[in-house]
Amino acid sequence: MNKISTDILVIGGGSTGTGVAWDAALRGFRVVLVEKRDLTHGTTGRYHGLLHSGGRYVVKDPQSAIECIEENRILRRTHTHCIEDTSGFFVVTPEDEGDYPDRFRAACAKTGIPCEEIPLKEAFRREPLLNPRINRVFEVPDGSADSFLATHATVQAARQAGAQILIYHEVVGLLTEGGEGDRRVTGARVRDAVSGEETVIEAAMTINASGAWAGQIAATAGIPVRVIPGKGVMVAVNHRLVNTVINRCKMPADGDILVPVHTVAIIGTTDERVTDPELLPIEPWEVQLMLDEGDKLVPGMSKARILRAWAGVRPLYQEGYAGDSRDATRALALLDHQQRDGVSGFLTITGGKWTTFRLMAQTTMDKACAQLGVERACRTADTPVPGTEQGYYWLGHRLHEVEEHHLQGDLVCECELVTRAMIEQAAQNNPTVTLDDLRRDVRLGMGPCQGGFCTFRAAGILAEGGEGRGARDEEEAAVPSATSEWEVAYMQSPKHNIGANGARRSNRRFDNPNLLLRDFLQERWRGLTPVLWGRQLKQERLDELIYLSVMNVDHLPPDDDTSPLTEFWQFDTTPGATAHKEGDEL
Amino acid sequence: MAPISWHSVDLSLDECIKCNICTSYCPVSAVTDLFPGPKYVGPQAQRFRDPDQATSPDHSVDYCSGCRVCNEVCPTGVKIAELNARARAEIVADKGLPLRNRLLGRNELLGKLGSFAPPLANFGLHNPLSRFLAEKVMRIAREAPLPTWSTTGTFRDWLKRTAKERRKSDKKVVYYHGCATMYYEPFIGKAAVAVMEHNGFEVIVPEQNCCGLPLLSNGEFGAARNYHRGNVGKLAGFARAGLPIVGTSTSCTLTLKEEAPELLDMDDESSVQLKMATWDIFEWLRELHEAGDLRTDFRTVDLKLPYHAPCQMRAHRIGKPALEIMALIPGLEIAESHARCCGIAGTYGYKVEKYQIAMDVGAELFDFVAAQGDGVTYSACDSETCRWQLEHGTDLPSRHPIEILAAAYGLYDLDRRDLILA
Repeated sequence: MNKISTDILVIGGGSTGTGVAWDAALRGFRVVLVEKRDLTHGTTGRYHGLLHSGGRYVVKDPQSAIECIEENRILRRTHTHCIEDTSGFFVVTPEDEGDYPDRFRAACAKTGIPCEEIPLKEAFRREPLLNPRINRVFEVPDGSADSFLATHATVQAARQAGAQILIYHEVVGLLTEGGEGDRRVTGARVRDAVSGEETVIEAAMTINASGAWAGQIAATAGIPVRVIPGKGVMVAVNHRLVNTVINRCKMPADGDILVPVHTVAIIGTTDERVTDPELLPIEPWEVQLMLDEGDKLVPGMSKARILRAWAGVRPLYQEGYAGDSRDATRALALLDHQQRDGVSGFLTITGGKWTTFRLMAQTTMDKACAQLGVERACRTADTPVPGTEQGYYWLGHRLHEVEEHHLQGDLVCECELVTRAMIEQAAQNNPTVTLDDLRRDVRLGMGPCQGGFCTFRAAGILAEGGEGRGARDEEEAAVPSATSEWEVAYMQSPKHNIGANGARRSNRRFDNPNLLLRDFLQERWRGLTPVLWGRQLKQERLDELIYLSVMNVDHLPPDDDTSPLTEFWQFDTTPGATAHKEGDEL
Repeated sequence: MAPISWHSVDLSLDECIKCNICTSYCPVSAVTDLFPGPKYVGPQAQRFRDPDQATSPDHSVDYCSGCRVCNEVCPTGVKIAELNARARAEIVADKGLPLRNRLLGRNELLGKLGSFAPPLANFGLHNPLSRFLAEKVMRIAREAPLPTWSTTGTFRDWLKRTAKERRKSDKKVVYYHGCATMYYEPFIGKAAVAVMEHNGFEVIVPEQNCCGLPLLSNGEFGAARNYHRGNVGKLAGFARAGLPIVGTSTSCTLTLKEEAPELLDMDDESSVQLKMATWDIFEWLRELHEAGDLRTDFRTVDLKLPYHAPCQMRAHRIGKPALEIMALIPGLEIAESHARCCGIAGTYGYKVEKYQIAMDVGAELFDFVAAQGDGVTYSACDSETCRWQLEHGTDLPSRHPIEILAAAYGLYDLDRRDLILA
């Protein structure tokens, strides 16, 4: 069994965990981060993409709102290129009566959230599709964020500071020593999800940043942590109906926020308390509710082309709380297990939201330093991650680069303008086990055709690239490059090409293109079934003809292979069902 | 740029199922890699556009010729050509417009200017030195088939001169001649007037502006709006009075019918009146014929005639009415072209960087004409710039079907391009 010794072990490769790894590495600690799937596979990769101004919580949860606005300002500096400066409207529709708008404005003033009531004419000029019956509009500094890119950029910064990142490494159990009253967590035993190989990681401090899975991790050391998993369903519209974040100016509820992020607009969300963070079926009423509520912001939205529905799960935490997840606090929750459970060497960080991930990391590492008896100041707030020099993301960015550099002939995913070079670089730089990993890296298959034209191309490219390459070398993959080259640039930049001289780290572990193909099609299909009508149905009919009639993919050999993605779409699927059999219709 | 609405062309991007049929039919992307195809620059790129963006991300959409073949073949109804026209307008709004495109967009103004002294203007425009300079300075291709100003006066001069001879009747029709007939080819207007009068109509020719299409296709939406407003002001009254407004230029009539109101989001009552009353002249003649009111006292016309329905005609979605009417003419043997496009697409093929593309696109049509054999003396096409391109690409004179029809009535000499006076 392999053994790694480190100062800080971080469990969870979402925004929080990667933020902790970044923070800890900048403070000079040796850091290892483990993630059981791909980076952002959990809640981080399934949220609607809002960079909160704090406006949403300003009346209900002022503490949370203050955290948001402070972090909003910091992230605009540290993760500039991961953010689109869309601005945000809080709109009052005829249904939103009462004194909430005035309380909202007063609360914004009190908490320091810049908020200006703007003339309706101006609002409708900027967002012509807005409900014309909206009677007041407040503007706040909301934005939209690319949580995939931001997490990778954070990881890149952490790697440059020496952190080791092990993805597809699942925690088997926490390691503990000592008896009752004097127990301590000394690390964790992890298993490579692909090879099955186990590794023991010994750490002075273990940080549980596994979000909705935090209870399961803590339970392996017999520590009770009751996360309140709040499922949120989101629905994406085929293109950006709005270019500003649109919030309803009322107490936060279901379906009251519309976020323009990349090429789509996302309406969200529901908040349903669930029991298992892996099992997130999307119920028809949830989709209907999103569309009905969406119509109140942009009349006709429910008739627009709906691209996809998916669910994420909030890792809410409130000590002793037993109510609805909608009313649970959004504030971050740091569990000091030494004080709470008498177990040292172990902290759980949960709650919060994407916008506050940096603060969550800082709070956690401040506590870790205190417990380790060292004084090292947090540096993340003043340390931009690689890539910020580009400035804010803008919608036309990819098109602009493809046009300027004449890359039209290299497009693999035409909808999201993903070039062959982007895919190859992603596969070289990240352990790529499934095509879904590439989706998170470069947005492969996220556009209108939902993988119809790019899945077979990408599977072919990976198969081609795999030939003649050695097996994956984990050590090599984990070692940061010698230079400070911005290695995640390929994620959003079609023109970026590290070329033949770039760090070529072959670390792919699956060389079965049929499996890559089938898994990805099934994964895409899963998000389509809840919204399969109208124009998207036409699209799927074409995709069906391509894959089933032309390629006969439901009879591709070998049909009993599985990957971590297979588990994912088989396990968690449409209402009521528990597992699809392979070979079912796509 | 007018704001988007649910009815706007912008939202038709949602209809795209990425099937690539448009790209496989696009005559431009078939001959050059500079144009990545209608799907790419249309519904696909549209998801990355935001009119409020500081800069336009586009370049290659400028290579769309606007022929609208993509719209015609799209199985789901994406308004691709209009998406492209709007994207080009964004580039223009953002980066400005070269003087060349400003000039090429201003057909009406050029026509007027040249008509002060047509021989001088023709010499000025067509001598090798000025074409060389125009290419170097203005980037207007020196070989491109530019028109010549009429040396026998404008169409309106002729109308004035012959005012007393013009037929009066209770049956009235309004004629929209467009700029080319006015300044370059008055004989097209003469043939049209002769045909309509022969069928018992009094032809009203009101004051009118350029339809604005050259401006629309060069991305100058503001100036195009002014022209269209002018036309609505001058013509909507006739439409409201129930008179048909017919035109001999398929692209002008298409602009009044559809392009201008749609691209410019002009859906006021008067624009709609004008739009509903506008006809292609052969569309209107076919209607007459179907009602039994078209005179068929044709002479035999012994010609083998390759006929190309221009892209803009196909965009009318009215079939090929000129073909149907010409089929009534005894002796006339028509060979119907199925080529996608002649390549010129208005002012597209005049531009030095696009001239060769336009010629390559047109090759399919030129080959078709050549394949008709030696006995062919003319080709025919409804659109002026397409005829000029056809003549340039085939060395064969080209005629408007209305000239053929006028000749069949014995009113017109196809060779001299003038009326035969009784």
